[in-house]
Amino acid sequence: MDDIDRMIVNLLQTGFPVCELPYREAAQTLGITEDDLIARISRMLDEGVLTRFGPLFQAEQLGGAFTLAAISVPEADFERTAAIVNAMPEVAHNYERDHELNMWFVLATETAGGMARAKERIERDTGYPVIDMPKTREYFVGLKFEV
Amino acid sequence: MHAIDDIDRRIIVATQAGLPLTARPYHAIAAQVGVAPEEVMARVRRMQAAGIIRRIGAVPNHYAVGFRANGMAVWDVDDERVDELGEEIGVLPFISHCYRRRRVLPRWRYNLFTMVHGRSRAEVEDKVRRIAGLLGNAVRAHDILYSVRILKKTGLRLAKR
Repeated sequence: MDDIDRMIVNLLQTGFPVCELPYREAAQTLGITEDDLIARISRMLDEGVLTRFGPLFQAEQLGGAFTLAAISVPEADFERTAAIVNAMPEVAHNYERDHELNMWFVLATETAGGMARAKERIERDTGYPVIDMPKTREYFVGLKFEV
Repeated sequence: MHAIDDIDRRIIVATQAGLPLTARPYHAIAAQVGVAPEEVMARVRRMQAAGIIRRIGAVPNHYAVGFRANGMAVWDVDDERVDELGEEIGVLPFISHCYRRRRVLPRWRYNLFTMVHGRSRAEVEDKVRRIAGLLGNAVRAHDILYSVRILKKTGLRLAKR
């Protein structure tokens, strides 16, 4: 990453225009060309510096079901279990954490019934009980990393 | 909850993996969805205003941009006071997410979740001490669960209909 990449990451965490030529507009703010901006975003996605570029949706607003869940997996069985959990389309994110509950994942489904089925399937296929911690209130969401 | 119609849904499906990396991305979406570009832009703006789209932008990989310590700090806070305190600490600049979640007793006692990011664990712990100071005697216990590895990160996916 060079200084221009860092400027791009910082600026694009705050938002992106909705207009005919949004890359050109953002590029002008950054003092670079439209082609350079598109090439740099593309490269940072390929390199994994950016995990996503685009609209970020609030799943609850779409009427679906959403939860944070965790399971406790013995180390020897961790990779098998991660493969099962990751293969499910309902799993939006999955993190390994250093705790007795060591696998934490977000489940997003379109219906409450779909959520119950996804949890049952994880319990059946992995063999571990799912601790389900749905959000009951959101106080703040605003991911921003100054890089 | 806001109603979305079939065209909104098609716009979401067309963009959930990312915005097209072409000069006119909303035109590219319009061609894919089969509506006018102006309509795509109007609908995207409406979904932003309704909170269906939180924002359009980049999501950096925490690790790749130098935030090697990513801690989920969890707190067992008095139910009577958790909403007031959650709002108060949510505005701290180093907290990216702040939620109340259901306890699962006896296995999981914590009801307030805060994501705290730093360049080192010491930096995260310093920030967590500042949160603890603000929460004061409403906290019965807390813990920090550091992320060791991202196993999957794709975000929301609606299926095509």
